[in-house]
Amino acid sequence: MYDGGKIITGLVIGVGLLLFPVFYNAGKAAKAPERVLTEKAKAAQKCVEPISFMKTEHMKMLDEWRQQVVRDDVRYYKSTSGKEYYKGLQTTCLDCHSNKSKFCDQCHDYVGVDPYCWDCHIEPKENQ
Amino acid sequence: MAMDRRDFLKIAGLTALLGIGGKTGFELLAPGAAEAALKDIPLTAGKKWGMALDVLLLDEEVMDACVEACHNHNNVPHIGNPKEEIKWIWKETYDHAFPGQENEYLAEAFKKKNFLLLCNHCTNPPCCRVCPTKATWKREDGIVMMDMHRCIGCRFCMAACPYGARSFNWGDPRKAPKELNPDFPTNREFPMRSMGVVEKCTFCAERLAKGLFPACVEAAAKVKPNALIFGDLDDPQSEVRGALRKRYSIRRKPELGTGPNIFYMI
Amino acid sequence: MLDKALKGSPRYWGWVVILLGLIGAGFGFYLYQFSEGLKITGMSRDVSWGFYIGQLTYFVGVAASGVMVVLPYYLHDYKAFGRITVLGEFLAVASIIMCGLFVMVDLGNLPRMLNIIIYPNPTSILFWDMIVLNVYMLLNLVIGWNVLSAEKKGMPYAGWVKVLVYISIPWAFSIHTVTAFLYAGLPGRHYWLTAIMAARFLSSAFCSGPALLILLCLIVRKFTRFDPGKEQIHTLGSIVTYAMILNVFFFALELFTAFYSQIPGHMHPIVYLFAGLEGHSRLVPWMWTAAFFAFVALLLLIIPATRRKIDVLAVACVCVVIATWIDKGLGLVIGGFVPNAFDRVFEYWPTFPEIMISVGVWATGFFVLTILYKVATSVKEEVAV
Repeated sequence: MYDGGKIITGLVIGVGLLLFPVFYNAGKAAKAPERVLTEKAKAAQKCVEPISFMKTEHMKMLDEWRQQVVRDDVRYYKSTSGKEYYKGLQTTCLDCHSNKSKFCDQCHDYVGVDPYCWDCHIEPKENQ
Repeated sequence: MAMDRRDFLKIAGLTALLGIGGKTGFELLAPGAAEAALKDIPLTAGKKWGMALDVLLLDEEVMDACVEACHNHNNVPHIGNPKEEIKWIWKETYDHAFPGQENEYLAEAFKKKNFLLLCNHCTNPPCCRVCPTKATWKREDGIVMMDMHRCIGCRFCMAACPYGARSFNWGDPRKAPKELNPDFPTNREFPMRSMGVVEKCTFCAERLAKGLFPACVEAAAKVKPNALIFGDLDDPQSEVRGALRKRYSIRRKPELGTGPNIFYMI
Repeated sequence: MLDKALKGSPRYWGWVVILLGLIGAGFGFYLYQFSEGLKITGMSRDVSWGFYIGQLTYFVGVAASGVMVVLPYYLHDYKAFGRITVLGEFLAVASIIMCGLFVMVDLGNLPRMLNIIIYPNPTSILFWDMIVLNVYMLLNLVIGWNVLSAEKKGMPYAGWVKVLVYISIPWAFSIHTVTAFLYAGLPGRHYWLTAIMAARFLSSAFCSGPALLILLCLIVRKFTRFDPGKEQIHTLGSIVTYAMILNVFFFALELFTAFYSQIPGHMHPIVYLFAGLEGHSRLVPWMWTAAFFAFVALLLLIIPATRRKIDVLAVACVCVVIATWIDKGLGLVIGGFVPNAFDRVFEYWPTFPEIMISVGVWATGFFVLTILYKVATSVKEEVAV
């Protein structure tokens, strides 16, 4: 093998760099944040769909909602519970979950996602 | 999951009738309640929305009220730089609103008079034709709509629009000067826009859905009733058609074949 | 073959480092634009496209260098061009890369760029322009690379390459036509709303592309042991001559229509560009510079005695490049927006960051060109030995 030594050294350095974040962060896992509900959300007792569904599917649902509202002018959502809801991130979701920094951001930060909803949609005024 | 269009219109109409638009307009209807058919609510069933502006009634006070109401409702900030200004509805003099129609013997009253300009919601809109992503498109009810989630900011629509009705967010609207926008965002129930997308008048589609008139029309009605007449151009019985039957009206650049749906009754 | 690009003289490496430095600087300014928005450019709600889209338009034209050597070689069996087809094709590749980058830096929301593919709108010319430009780039890259590797191995290239060649010829016409259609179909933009726009794009492309190719051939001849050939350069010179005559003639047709008809909308943009309108005259010196260089170019090209002198031909080509660059890179786009939809005059001029981002894109294009030409000339030198 030509330049065998160089190639192997290069490979070792490359793999090392690639794995650096793994070693660097090993044993430093942050604690998963707790879900924090406002009084209003607690009182309502349920979201538009069951909690388990909302936990895993809210992003898909919001994506569908924005598509249907903006593009098809379909503005009401019929929940599996039979109730009708107005599809609105600011007006419906955050009306209950007005603690955006806790309810949304904490978990999004933890999983390292940065949804661009808030580029346009207005965060609720939180009393801090 | 989704309701069909008719159900939705009924619900929207009912909400309007009960006067419960806005913040409380959700979580109100038990299933079946909308069956109290409300298909006669005019503002949720348009086929071709349009507007007639009575130029004789349009004084500065009305126009300013319209501009303010629109920009407050839609969170349109003042940028403070004419090159980057965002306009959904704005004032313009006759010779610039109707270039090519001016003449030196124009009636005195028209020479200095301002006109109120907005998106023409064209029947054949060139902006929609050129948009590479269908981020702007013509709805079935005639509204030329914008999807700010999808716009990539290529600004082809701005080159295509012969009415200058489209504005681009050259910077971040959140960074608009505070001294010009002390209360921005003015409407916390409506979003604003992100940097790098195009925006324009939407005839307040989300208000129409609740059975409310566009913000400008509502504001004008408070100052001078009938200055702005909004309605369904497809419906011969509509107020706007009645007004257009009685008065001579002109449109901006009709020769381009775009079919503008904003009429100026002179 | 790419390894050829890794072995070069200090001068070659110096040039590569300069280009990489400019790319880095341009990228830095782009990051600034990305965070602040397009407000850091000179563009406005009135002149909503500017320098970037102008450069896109110009370099679509330069990409014609490919077809102008390929067409005579393959369709007219003009053997002499066999030596330089790959140079024409690689210049086309570098040009289209610049076009793509200029579109990307012009977008308000680059991360959403793929929406053009995810939600395509077939009535949008921009959608079609993206397709024709990308396919043209791939065609030229694949054809050029395969023909060159065959030449290196001393074997004839594969049959399917020839099929691609025949596709690439009409395809080249499509890129200029479709790019012209970006402008020519917009109601209310009088300077652009002209049926001859596509023909102007073709004529402008067929002179600006080969003119730059001649200059590059002369550079290659000076700095490498590969000689593109005298006859080849002279034939390219004739192509530039005919195309430039047509280019100027077509523009004269625009002048006649506008000024004989006396329709204000048609006259105003031209008056703005060449004389100024309502006291605004930023582009006037530029447009007259373009006119002057176009005139000199025509003079030097049409007279056989001057055209046949390689040095003079080079000067003529520089004149063509300057004239066509001002015409398409500045005048065409800006002229379309002045006066605006309200018959008001708002001027545009690129800002420093805007120029630096453009320099970064040019440097990227020339970097790609340098690498590809290095490979091509090294192979040609090797084969000649």
